[in-house]
Amino acid sequence: MHELSLAQTLVESVTALAKKENATKVSSITISVGALSGVSKDSLEFCFPMATKDTFLASTKIIINEIPLTTVCSECEATTYPNNYYILCQNCQSTNVRITGGKEFSLVSMEVE
Amino acid sequence: MCEDCGCEEGNKKIYFDSLENSVENASQKTIKIETDILDKNNHIAHHNSHWLQDRNIATLNIMSSPGSGKTYLLEKTLDKLGHLKKIAVLIGDQQTDNDAKRLILKEGKVKQINTVSSCHLDASMIQKELGSFVDGSENMLIIENVGNLVCPAAFKLGEKIKIALLSTTEGEDKPLKYPVLFHSADVIIITKTDLIPYLDWDLNKAYEYIKKINPNALIIPVSAKTGDGMTRWYDYLMNEV
Ligand SMILES: Nc1nc2c(ncn2[C@@H]2O[C@H](COP(=O)(O)OP(=O)(O)OP(=O)(O)O)[C@@H](O)[C@H]2O)c(=O)[nH]1
Ligand SMILES: [Mg+2]
Ligand SMILES: [Zn+2]
Repeated sequence: MHELSLAQTLVESVTALAKKENATKVSSITISVGALSGVSKDSLEFCFPMATKDTFLASTKIIINEIPLTTVCSECEATTYPNNYYILCQNCQSTNVRITGGKEFSLVSMEVE
Repeated sequence: MCEDCGCEEGNKKIYFDSLENSVENASQKTIKIETDILDKNNHIAHHNSHWLQDRNIATLNIMSSPGSGKTYLLEKTLDKLGHLKKIAVLIGDQQTDNDAKRLILKEGKVKQINTVSSCHLDASMIQKELGSFVDGSENMLIIENVGNLVCPAAFKLGEKIKIALLSTTEGEDKPLKYPVLFHSADVIIITKTDLIPYLDWDLNKAYEYIKKINPNALIIPVSAKTGDGMTRWYDYLMNEV
């Protein structure tokens, strides 16, 4: 359970960027959370209001895009989305796959005024 | 020089910079950013990794649930390899220096890091030890992370190799329940194999589940207590890291 400290890190980064843009308000931020990032969407959503309370971002909404585990198969070249974190091509059942999505934990954009 | 950021290697200054382009729309605008939220930790980890690589110090980050046998494995490892390699050990626990005390009389050197409220080590905690406790003359740095199967997975420390322990008392399906950490490991050590006869525990099932989550991990089953399988582990440390 480190989502509160992650939310605080996020608040610091967003505040620094918003100040750089001379924004008076950040209405929303959009972030990506990958299935393999080790970050839980629910608990981040739960912690975000605690981290923003009484800060510049007190009224900021958080929009979280969940990125599924995405693999590209080295045998059949199919891009598939394995279930249950099994590292397995859903098309041909090969385990010889490259992970192309699911590790991200990133700030994608923000709406400012 | 650091290839990611062009800064001096070992330079402790952290900077925050991101590519951005703005789409103007009346008083509202959307700023596209695409920056890793753990950028700051990743950057320090990157510096740690440079510092350690430049000095040929192989660095391992050992992660598992509490009580899987990390410290016990290190006790035996220092006994066996401590006079062959110069090894430094950093141990993360929220409180106490109990684990460090178990290793202090062994070959090699050990330091406890108390993370207090934090459930994992982060790169800045390791950075503080580089150039001081880790003086640069070591062959190997072994970091025992805080016992936790969730949080350590998200924080790079600057290690070359991630090692996860799965003890036989935990159930074979831990890798399925905590896939992120087990997926990230280069090596998975199955510990306490001496207890298998007393448990309803199936080694084949454990292999099967690990391979679903992490088909490429090297799997080493050991009993640090009886020594069974430990030769493979020592060989790995001596020749493969
Ligand atoms: N039977 C048996 N017991 C073991 C073995 N390895 C460790 N243990 C026991 O398991 C208990 C926990 O071991 P530790 O080495 O302290 O575990 P740890 O992972 O360092 O624990 P934390 O640092 O608290 O997360 C101790 O009582 C050890 O003696 C083993 O190979 N066989
Ligand atoms: Mg320990
Ligand atoms: Zn395929």
